[in-house]
Amino acid sequence: MLAKMMTRLENAAPCRRSFMIGCAAVAGSLAVGFRPADAASAATGGVRPFNAYLRIAPDNSVTVIAAHMEMGQGIYDGIATLVADELDADWSQMRAIGGAGNPKLYGNVAWGGAVQGTGGSTGTTSSWERYRIAGAAARQMLVAAAAAEWRVPAAEIRVAKGVISHASGRTARFGDLAAKAAALPAPAKVTLKDPKDWVFIGNDTLRRLDSMAKSSGAMDYTIDVKLPGMLTAVPIHPPLFGATLTSFDASKAKAIKGVVDVVQHPRGLAVVAVDMWSALKGREAVTAVWDDSKAEKRSSADLAREYRELALKPGLATARNAGNAEAAIAGAARTIEATFEFPYIAHAALEPLNAVVRRNADGTVEIWGGHQMPDVYQGTAAAIAGVPPGQVTMHVMKTGGSFGRRAVIDADVIVEAVAVAKAIDFRAPVKMQWTREDDMRAGRYRPAYVHRLKAGVDTDGRIVGWYNHIVGQSIVAGTPFAAGLVKNGVDMTSVEGAINLPYRFAAQKVELTTTRTGVPVLWWRAVGSTHTAYAVEVFLDEVAALTGKDPYEYRMQLLDPASKHARVLKLAAEKAGWGSALPAGRFRGIALAESFDTEVAQVVEIAMRPDGAFKVERVVCAVHCGVAVNPDNIRAQMEGGIGFGLGAVMKSQTTLDKGHIVETNFDSHEVLRFDEMPVVEVHIVPSTDAPTGVGEPGVPPIGPAVANAVFAATKRRLHVLPFARVENA
Amino acid sequence: MIELRINGAMHRLDIDPDMPLLWAIRDHVGLTGTKFGCGIAQCGACTVHIDGQPVRSCSMPVSAVAGQAITTIEAAAGPVARAVQAAWATLDVPQCGYCQSGQVMATIALLEANRTPSDADIDAALAGNLCRCATYARIRTAVHTAAKALA
Repeated sequence: MLAKMMTRLENAAPCRRSFMIGCAAVAGSLAVGFRPADAASAATGGVRPFNAYLRIAPDNSVTVIAAHMEMGQGIYDGIATLVADELDADWSQMRAIGGAGNPKLYGNVAWGGAVQGTGGSTGTTSSWERYRIAGAAARQMLVAAAAAEWRVPAAEIRVAKGVISHASGRTARFGDLAAKAAALPAPAKVTLKDPKDWVFIGNDTLRRLDSMAKSSGAMDYTIDVKLPGMLTAVPIHPPLFGATLTSFDASKAKAIKGVVDVVQHPRGLAVVAVDMWSALKGREAVTAVWDDSKAEKRSSADLAREYRELALKPGLATARNAGNAEAAIAGAARTIEATFEFPYIAHAALEPLNAVVRRNADGTVEIWGGHQMPDVYQGTAAAIAGVPPGQVTMHVMKTGGSFGRRAVIDADVIVEAVAVAKAIDFRAPVKMQWTREDDMRAGRYRPAYVHRLKAGVDTDGRIVGWYNHIVGQSIVAGTPFAAGLVKNGVDMTSVEGAINLPYRFAAQKVELTTTRTGVPVLWWRAVGSTHTAYAVEVFLDEVAALTGKDPYEYRMQLLDPASKHARVLKLAAEKAGWGSALPAGRFRGIALAESFDTEVAQVVEIAMRPDGAFKVERVVCAVHCGVAVNPDNIRAQMEGGIGFGLGAVMKSQTTLDKGHIVETNFDSHEVLRFDEMPVVEVHIVPSTDAPTGVGEPGVPPIGPAVANAVFAATKRRLHVLPFARVENA
Repeated sequence: MIELRINGAMHRLDIDPDMPLLWAIRDHVGLTGTKFGCGIAQCGACTVHIDGQPVRSCSMPVSAVAGQAITTIEAAAGPVARAVQAAWATLDVPQCGYCQSGQVMATIALLEANRTPSDADIDAALAGNLCRCATYARIRTAVHTAAKALA
């Protein structure tokens, strides 16, 4: 795995996996507990599985300690599946919690191993060997404990469905032997199961461990953390990005019943109260004066105009250059050009951002939150609290979504929570709770982009030159991530999905012009491919139409027939009945995108209404993601990615009016609603490859597939997102 | 003093009459299954039942519901609630799960009134309940599954 990644690092472009945190800096230092193994026989590196990766309680429950945050993507279940299989556990005894505080144990292997984190759809990839080895090591230790207890050879002991047994009739549950097993030395080597012996991996009958808790109100998120004496804080952020506090008057707010204090913190102010309602009422009563002399005051229309002008000029950096694309296009028989516009979009996870902080009597600090990068936040929190990082415990909570928002590099809500708790001398635990408006107004959006594409085709309709100029902000510039993710002035997260196309063009050039604005941006589910895949797949459809070719056949001719890309495209087309007759008013569109090493193709069917509106009725999705660890969860992630992406391209945008965010709640920031969800059919390509991620890759193809269906219906091309924008009318 | 009858128990609370029911339930009664998502009745995460009807508790001042029978997800009980929650778990509907208390409460209210809902009935009943994980298709299947189980 590391070798694979280092190979990629040496080949700077195409960098096919975004979000490789500081990968250059950490390459070569595989700081993980267990060394990845290619063979069935794997070294454990001497790390003891008990308490590091799993706990077995006297009540016989097996609790896996997950290195990745659960935000709905099902990674806790995925990790529990890997452990349970090697452990030969019973699924009903499995539990899962989040771990943190030890990058040697929990560092993300897919990122190089030095930092714990969840992102880039790497959870399953990073866990694949680590947690199977942990399960196998624990099983071996349980067997050794049983052998010692029963005075029989270990080789005669069987384990199945959570029961350890011997032909003599002796049996034990894991819980009976766990204490003795945990005291034994960890095995130097374990043998992982042959795939034919897997019980849980690939088992379509497994249900998620938390479905009932999440259907009965029993699941606790950060917003539900209750601590004795805890106070609730709400933030007051600058009205414009880049504005700073000049003065404030909290006298009226402090007179409101329940308000405890109004304090300043590095990101603004906060009202601290005994409950949420008092905090909100107090917030209304605070008057603050802001210095907006350095603030961002442009509107979205201004930025779009500037970006469109920049897109017409040569790019400031070259992200990919193969052959002489510009000369080829200039000399082509026919050429085509298009400009695409993408808005900022808020993540709009349903649980608004929050974090809970408590300082204990011994000076240690605890922080509850959706810690997508706990090591980073631990360091940040420790610096604010004035304690060594080792004295800060990070409790990783399940979150009500994230879509990338909780992987925020500057730890915004955690900074606020700790700074506010400190401002009141840590005299009470503090829950910093943002409202929906805070969440949508305080920044960190998918960046806005403009893409200009040009292509030239020869007289046979073959693409002789392909040019794509991307204009927009860098997500990682100015952050510690830049060292690993910016190469020769190119932020890989801006161009992924545009520089690693599977299509065999004779010549291609991808340029990037990185812009600067005061608007804070961040990765948003599927990151660069949320815009690159749209531009590429819609424009490729236009080229196919120019040449009079079928869009599916045209793509297939550009693909290596043996590639995973060709396999998913063919499977989706076959299952959707591509080319077959449709009822009147129904139209199809197709798109293909690889993101995070997972290939996804989607065929959509839309129903046109007489008034020109349409509904996406059906989506047939094919996915290649290596071994399908939890097939039903893969389906769920494709369904969810499709719904998430569909709402975004149809309706979602975050716009600025002279610097002010216009869409601050779900009345104006529209997302997919119940009656707009299509029927989704997911087909998983059987594979024995190591698993790749599924949390994000379902998102990129849906937008272009729908746009291509709209073209089939109307001959109109949707170049400005979201579709609801008047420019498309 | 405001008297709230929540899940069959009377709570005498010294709170602002303008306080939305959501925050009374969460911060003062201590029941946190009912979620905060938007605060303006646009997402449905805060759905509770008042005299059996689904209501957005984030936008309902406590003064308006004093004395009425308020039911939260924690007290969702009876054959319909059991059928709905069983269907949700069997079909693995939840992803992040944050909206599901509201989805379940809205569905229970639907099935209490209509044991054979059509797709259009389901669309209408759940139009106000957002799911950012887009579990909508599974919710639809689960509503039908629960309805069949109750038939």
